[in-house]
Parts: sequence; C-alpha cells; structure tokens
Amino acid sequence: MSQQSPNVSGPKDNSVILDIRGMRVAVRTDAGDGPVLVDDVSLQLRRGEVIGLIGESGAGKSTIGLASMGYTRRDCYIVGGNIVFGDTDIRAISLDERRELRGPKIAYIAQSAAASFNPAHTLMDQVCEASVRHGVLSRAEARAEAISLFKQLDLPSPETIGSRYPHQVSGGQLQRVMAAMAMVAKPDILIFDEPTTALDVTTQVECLAAFRKLIRGHGTAALYITHDLAVVAQIADRIMVLRRGKMVEFGDSRQILQQPKEEYTRRLVTERVAGHNFVDVNVADQAPILAIDHVSANYPGKPKVIDDVSLEVRKGDTVAVVGESGSGKSTLARVVTGLLPRIAGDVRFNGASLPARLKDRTKDQLRRVQMIYQMPDVALNPQHTLLETIGRPVAFYFNRSREEVRARAAELLRQMDLPESFITRKTSELSGGQKQRVSIARALAAEPDLIICDEVTSALDQLVGEEILRLLKKLQEDLGVAYLFITHDLGTVKRIANKVAVMLKGKVVAGGDTATVFAPPYHPYTELLLSSVPEMRPDWLDEVLAARATGAATTSALLRAP
Amino acid sequence: MRIRGYKVSVTAQIGIVVVVINLFVALFAPLIAPFDQATPVGDAWADPSAQHWLGLDNLGRDILSRLIYGARMSIGLSLVITALSFLIGVISGFAAAVAGGWIDQALSRLVDLLLSMPTLIFAFVILSVLGSALPVLIFTIAILDSTKVFRLARSVAINIVSLEFVEAARLRGEGWWWIVTREVLPNAVPPLTAEFGLRFCFTFLFIAALSFLGLGVQPPNADWGSMVKEYGEMINLGSAAPLYPAGAIAILVIGANFIVDWMLSIHSRGQGEGA
Amino acid sequence: MLNLVLQRLGLGVLTLFAASILIFIGTEILPGDLASAILQNSATPESLAKLRLDLGLDRPAILRFFDWLFGVLHGDFGHSLANGRDVLTEIAPRFANTMFLAAYAAIVAVPLAIGLGLLAAIRQGGVFDRLVNVFTLMTISVPEYFLAYLLIKYVAVDLGWFPSLANVTPETSFIDRLYYAFLPMVTLVLVIVAHMMRMTRASVLSVMASPYIEMAILKGLRKSRIVVRHALPNALAPIISVVALNLAYLIVGVVIVETVFVYPGLGQLMVDEVSKHDVPVVQACGLIFAATFILLNMTADILAILSNPRLRQPR
Repeated sequence: MSQQSPNVSGPKDNSVILDIRGMRVAVRTDAGDGPVLVDDVSLQLRRGEVIGLIGESGAGKSTIGLASMGYTRRDCYIVGGNIVFGDTDIRAISLDERRELRGPKIAYIAQSAAASFNPAHTLMDQVCEASVRHGVLSRAEARAEAISLFKQLDLPSPETIGSRYPHQVSGGQLQRVMAAMAMVAKPDILIFDEPTTALDVTTQVECLAAFRKLIRGHGTAALYITHDLAVVAQIADRIMVLRRGKMVEFGDSRQILQQPKEEYTRRLVTERVAGHNFVDVNVADQAPILAIDHVSANYPGKPKVIDDVSLEVRKGDTVAVVGESGSGKSTLARVVTGLLPRIAGDVRFNGASLPARLKDRTKDQLRRVQMIYQMPDVALNPQHTLLETIGRPVAFYFNRSREEVRARAAELLRQMDLPESFITRKTSELSGGQKQRVSIARALAAEPDLIICDEVTSALDQLVGEEILRLLKKLQEDLGVAYLFITHDLGTVKRIANKVAVMLKGKVVAGGDTATVFAPPYHPYTELLLSSVPEMRPDWLDEVLAARATGAATTSALLRAP
Repeated sequence: MRIRGYKVSVTAQIGIVVVVINLFVALFAPLIAPFDQATPVGDAWADPSAQHWLGLDNLGRDILSRLIYGARMSIGLSLVITALSFLIGVISGFAAAVAGGWIDQALSRLVDLLLSMPTLIFAFVILSVLGSALPVLIFTIAILDSTKVFRLARSVAINIVSLEFVEAARLRGEGWWWIVTREVLPNAVPPLTAEFGLRFCFTFLFIAALSFLGLGVQPPNADWGSMVKEYGEMINLGSAAPLYPAGAIAILVIGANFIVDWMLSIHSRGQGEGA
Repeated sequence: MLNLVLQRLGLGVLTLFAASILIFIGTEILPGDLASAILQNSATPESLAKLRLDLGLDRPAILRFFDWLFGVLHGDFGHSLANGRDVLTEIAPRFANTMFLAAYAAIVAVPLAIGLGLLAAIRQGGVFDRLVNVFTLMTISVPEYFLAYLLIKYVAVDLGWFPSLANVTPETSFIDRLYYAFLPMVTLVLVIVAHMMRMTRASVLSVMASPYIEMAILKGLRKSRIVVRHALPNALAPIISVVALNLAYLIVGVVIVETVFVYPGLGQLMVDEVSKHDVPVVQACGLIFAATFILLNMTADILAILSNPRLRQPR
C-alpha cells in the first residue's frame, strides 16, 4: 500500500499549506456586476491545523471554502487576491490542473450528504472514485482504505455498508461516509461545509466526534465552515468570524470565545451564552387556556404520530414542546389547530372542548388560536401588501371599516418596530427577520389568547432570531398572550419557556417547569438531549465523550428503544 | 428594453414585434388589404407584380389580400378557442386542487383518459360524425386542449395550496372563494401567462392543420391552413404560393414562442456549475 | 418493483379499454346521427330508416359496443361504409407503410436528438447552445407542411434530387422505399429532433444542477466522466419519457406528412375517411393510433421504473 501522506509519521511539519491573501469573489452576469460575496479575506492554514470559518448567512464562508479549491458557483468569479496551495497559485493554473488538485489534495464535505451522493451508484463506488480516477490508489487499495475509514468513523458494519445505495443509509451515517469519501485519497486539506447543520443534536455529537478523530488521527489540515460558534469551538484551533463577505475577527479559539475583541463577535458569543438563564414566571393561579388531554393522532393509514399526549397552557405561559425530527411535535400543533383531527382524547380551550376538525370550529374559536410559522418566506403571500396581510384578520374577525383596519395595521407595525411606511409594500420585498415580524403582527391582529410558534427562529440567522425572541417576550409582557413553542433547539427553550414538554417518538417523556425538567434528576432522554447541545467551551466535546464512555445511558441504546 | 425590471432578450423583442403586427393586421384587415378577398382581379396564378405583391390565386384573387383577411379567421379563432380552454381548464384545475378528494380524483382520471389518445386522432373521430361546423371545431378543440390547461393549473395550484400562507388563511377560517381568488390566483398568474402563449401556439397550429387536411375551416370561410391546402398542388409546378400562408403561420408561431421562451426563462433561471 | 411494473401494465390495458369506449362514444353516441351524416342531403325518411336498420342502430349502444369490441379482438373491424371492403384488409398494408415511415424517421431522429441535446447541455450558455436554442425554437414553431413544401420546392422541384410524391406500392423494393420516403422522413425528423433535443437538454441540465454533480466536480473528475457516469444515469428516466413522448408525437405528425407527400399510410386514409364519414374505418384507425400511443407511453413508464435506483434497490 502506498502511503503518500507526509502527515501520518515523521517529524511534525507545520509549514503553511494554504495561503489566501486578499481574496475577492464577486457575482458577474450578463446584466452586469453583482454583489461582492467575499471581500479581501486573508488566511494562512498550516499543516495539521483546523481553522473555523463562522458567520451568518451571506457571510461568504462557503464561497471562501469553495474558492480555496479554485471553484465558484454559477455566475461567481474570483476577482482578486492569491490562493496558494503549497507552492501552486491556484488562480494561475489551468482548469485541468485545478481539477488535479480537487480530490487528492483538497477534498470537500458538503452540508447535505443525502443530496451530495449520487442516487445511481453504491457508496463504495463513490467513496473510491476520486482516488482511483486520479491514480492515487488502485481500486483494491482504495476499497481497503475506505473500509478502514468506515471503522475509524464508527460506522455500523464497515465491511458491507459500502455496497449500499445512498437512500438505504441514515443521514448521520451518510455524513460520515462522505467524510470517508473525502479522506480516502489522503488529501492535505479537508473543507467541511456545515457538515452537521442538517442533523439532529444527538446525531450531531456523534458526527462531530468522528470528524475530529479523523482530522487528528491523520493530522490533516481543515477549514471548518459553520454558523454555530459552539460547534466550531470543539474542532478548530483558530476561528475567523465573517460578516457580509468581510473578516470581522480572526484569532485563537479560546480567545474568540472568552475575550472577543470586536462588538459583532461579542454579540454572537453573548447570544449563545444567554441561553442558560431560566425564565421564571408564576402562572399557577391562572386558569388553563389550552388543555390537551390524552390526545392521539395519525395520518390516514399510518401509525400514530402522537400518542396519548397531555399538556396545559395557562394565561401568560410559554410552553415549549421540544424534540428531534420525527418526535411528533409539529403534528401536535396541527392537532391543536384542527388541521389534523385527533383520533382520541380531548382538546379544551378555555374549558370548552374544541371540535376536532377545522371546519367545525366557530370563527371565534379560530380567532383565539393563531399560528406563526418556521419559514417566513412561504408563510406570507408574496403578492399581498403588508396592509392586506395584517389588515385581513382585523377586517375578517372584527368587521372594521377600512380606515379602522388601516389604523390598526399601522399600530401593529409600530409594535413590531417596523416603519409605518412599509404598509404599502409587498411582503416579498422584506428581509427574513422583517417577514417574521409581519407574521407576528398578523397573528396579533386577531387578538388571540394563544399563539402557536412552530420553529419560528430556526430559519433565521442567530442574531435576527434572538431579536424575534425578545420581541415575542415583550409582547407577552404587554398583552398577556400565551405561547405554545414548538422547537428543536434547547437554547431557545431555556431562554423563553417557563414550561417544557420533551417529546420522543410521539410521547411526552418529560414535562413541567423548565427549571425542574432541565435539572437533575433528569429523564434519560432529556439528559441525552441536554448533553448533546454544544457548549461554548473547547473542552465540552471531550467531557461529553468521556462521560458517555462511562455513563450507563448510552445514546444509541435510548434512541433505538422501541 | 425592460418589462417589469426584466431584461427582454433580443429574440423576445423580435417576437413582440411579430405578434403585434399580426394582431394589428387581423384587427384592421379591411383597412389594410389592397383588394377584396373574394373578388377575382386578374388571371388565375398570375405572377407576383408591383400591383399584386404575392400574385393571384387559382380564381384570380389577390393572395396578399386573402392572407390579410385569413389572419382574422386564423388568429381570431385560435384566441377564442384558447380563451375557452383556459376558462374550462383553469376553473376545473383550481377546483381539483383546492377541493381535493373525490372531485380531484374524478377530474384527474377523466383528463388522463382524454389525454390517453393523441388530440388530433380524437378530433378526427369526433369530426367524422359531427362535421366541421365552426361551433363544433371551437368546442371540440377547446375541450381537448383544456385537459392540458387543467394539468398545469392543477399542479400550479397544488404547489401554492401547500404553502403556509394558504394554510394560514384556512386557519383564519377563510372560505374557498377567498382562497382561490386572493391567495392562489395572484401567484398562479405568471406560470399561466406563459402557458397561455404555449396553448395559443398549439391551438393555432392545430386548427391550421385541420384546415390543411380539409377538416377545419370550410369554404367559403378561409384561414391560412385552408389556403395552404388550396394552393398546395401548385408547388409541383414550381410556384411558391402555398409557402406564403404556411410561412405566415410559421412566423407568427415563432414570434409567440420567442416570447414564451423568454417568459419561461425568467421564471426558472437555471442553476448549474460555475467557472 | 415487479408490482409497480405489473400495475403499470394493468393500467395500460385499462386505458386501452377506456380509449375504445371513448372512440365508440365519439362515433356512435354523440348527437350527430350516423345515418344522416352518411346520407347527408340526399336523406329521405325512408332511406334513413333503412340505413339505421342496416347499421343496427336500433339496438342498444352498449350491445353494439361489445359486438364491436368482440369483433376487434378477433381481428374483425367490420366493413367500410364507402366501398364495403373488409376494414382490416384495407388497413393492414397502410399500417405497415406508416410504421415503416415512423421507424425510418425515429432511427434517424432519436440518436441525433439525444446527441445534440447532450452536447448543448454540456456547452450550456455557449455559442453552440444559444444557436441551437434559437434554431430549434424556430423548427418546433413551424408546421410540418411548411417544412414539407419548402423541401418539395427546393429539393424535389428545383434540384430534382428526390421525388415530391412518395408513391410506394407493395411491389416497391426496400431501397426504393427508403428513396421515395426520404423527404417525408426528413420533414418528420426536423420536427421531432427539435422537440426531443430541447427536452433532452432540459432534463440533463436539471440533473446537472443537483448537489451530487457539484460534488463530482469537487472530486476533480473530468467533465466527460461527470456527464456520462454521474448525470446520465439519473437523466435516463426523463430522457426515455422524452423519446416516448416524441415518438407519440410522430404518430400525429405522420398524418400531415403523409397527406402532403400522398404517402399511402394509415394517416392519409383516416383523413380521407373522416370527410366521407366512413365510421368503421375511422374507428379502426383511431383505435390503432390510440393503441400505439398508449403502448409507447406505457413502455416509457416501465423503462423509467426499471432505471430508477431507488426502486431497483429497496430500503
């Protein structure tokens, strides 16, 4: 077997392997020059070093990752700076020479493994392809190497998993297979592009651990791109904070986390840490608004998605329903709203039973429960103006005159901290955060008792989401509206909810005051969830892994329980 | 040139000019045509001259004037049929998408059935019994064509109905009329506009083909398709006569397709790999 | 997966049955009375009544339908109203001619269209792609008879290279048939190649936009390998349906082209008989065309099922 990598053995070489100076990437189309995506970014990546690139959407972090391979997406061009790999200037060489670098020298790990694997070929064919095609390894060597990597990455049945097709393997496993695919040719640099973002928290820990083991074991240099500071803290030696294509701050991981120099970095860090103070509201003397009583539901012809769930929301309450994908938390919202009729149990609103079906409910019953959605882009009709969007519930439920509707819509916009002049704009002209504010205004226009918030911050950037949460909090203090908060994010739960229900496979496994549920003694699944949320300490992952190695409640055992 | 902020491609500009000229000619045929369409003005098959730019036909009528009048029949008939097929197709397609359930099933299966046969062949079967009177042509083609409008309208509406703003309207308690007219329709206009252009082209070619085969517009009415049929045999004598009406058909459809192609391209800007 | 294929086969048979009902309804039950349609203006009440009796129109439609269907299944399509000949013997040689012309055009058009479509997709946005886009957009807009008359005027009459009338007889040799049917074939090819290559290009491009193609680029693979190994297997199903759809379109195009070139095919016969209200022949032609159409669509769907890795390799 030909071991080509200089990193595995021999004296430690920490020369610069990737030297980016003054990189600029811009959009250019037939219609003219577009925005600059990356503006004057420089970094030196040494052998064996991991640099984290972090920022919100539009920060240019993925563009930097791809440009390091001499690749840009359609209509984007590298317009300035030098990108030097070893002693090769990537911008100066031909497309064919760039192609020779991709795969054997610099390899890429994408966000969505499910989409990045070709459905028509087996995993093994795809894992070995790059190294065989570039003549780095023979087919048999590549196979052996792949199997050894599958083992290192803790994949189940490493000998045979390669003969499967992508759709036959779970998301977390596929993501690890992709890491193996990148590693087979023993590249000098790995580019991780949000590789755990699409995964559930409990799966994310396993992948993070596997990636780190891989990088450290082989001494490979890496760029690790993510929007999550806590994730990058576990894996990167240095962190570069990016915003709108420009570098904000670049420093040692500990320094960035503990003593950020720039205001923007400080906001990112404090926002992440803020999630650890519990909300304490006393609503015990209030009558319940919503009582979900032993409710079960399923989609026609399918097994139960929620099974015997009970829950109570009082005036002024914020009750979080938390769980991973497939836990049934969103289905619960559909049952409360009547979109999916329950098959057993009862839902009572202000003491009276709500009809199971949407169409059997009265206008007043509909008015009292409103909903805010995850994706503000599709939750608002792009063809409607803000006046039409916010004014419609006012006109529909309260039969107001046109002037009154307009006045009320304007007032709601003010409450949302949006300028009144926006009232004639179409919703499609707003930013994501602004759209979410309009969604909130539309819900409040109905003057409801309860608002169901379905993952309302998960499609938004961290700081924008934080503002939305603060706004919701303030509105609750002013108006006394209750929230039923559907979320997968424990940080959000801790920050906003005074009560929580933890869902697993359609059942509520733990529930009560947030402070109680999230304090020992935990339900084992709550403990697993809590311990899986990355914390803002570089040592967090080590501690979790150490604890799990000794602890009785292992991840997989719990998740695989029927 | 820009329309609604979108740059209009060169081909689309050509298309717009072609379509506008054709519509103008069809509208004002009596004012534009140099001669009457039905009156012989010279010898049969006289060659093109300064007076008769395209020459005279088998009965000594001015070919150019007949083309100009033919535009009325060809374009007018196609517009009427396309409009009718849209009326039927969009209403039933939206109804199927919004109502769902057995209404959707019944309409969709019926449309599958009608589309299981080539449209032209099905039209033949019906025309063989009912003959080629204009109302028969209009309704037969409109109904056959509405199946394709139905499919598009249904899938467009289903895509929109699955979006959360429609769910929000349902949760508010809105009735189906509001949902169809205020939530679905405004968002369905762009794809349906492009489809109208495509269906117009199809109908136009279809009716011309029927006329060409002698099964469409019947004498004494004349459209471009029947003119191609009338002049067809002259081609073997080296005359270009049938090419004029056939060319007129081709040019209008090319123009319309150029516009449709541009409309489709702005709604689905493809992605792909960069440099 | 076998289940899916069997389901699709069953659906095909069902569709064919439904299509035969539709044709029967179209010809015999619609308000236009068949007897008066045949006799036109010469109809007297007596002659109408006699004809109705001769045609069996006094019997319930459902019985007549099953009689007809039963006959069809045994190869008995009835007798022509125009000349009293057996419909099957009338149709069979013409159907063979039509199939010959369609196959001739398909053999040339399919490889040409797929090749050009792939090339345009690979060179997306380039000069070749743009030219091809404009050219094919024009070709699909142009009616078959316009292309046919252009070819007749310039290639047949002015240059005299090929005959303008495709008068093949049962005695015509294979080579001569290829020669006589050359211009009709070229007309058909021009029309369907444009359609087919545009659709091929679109389906390849939509596959080329997927993340696994970007992944293949980032693995440093050659463009040719990316297209052949990564894009093509996934574009296969859409391309197959493109081909089937266009072959189905070919059946319709054949009707017009046969008329222009006076080619003795099924389409030309059908057009003649429609104007003569010769219902048994129209029914038979309609059924044959519909069956071919349904068969093609069914084949395409089954091939698409077979080429889908998700269905071939279940979870």
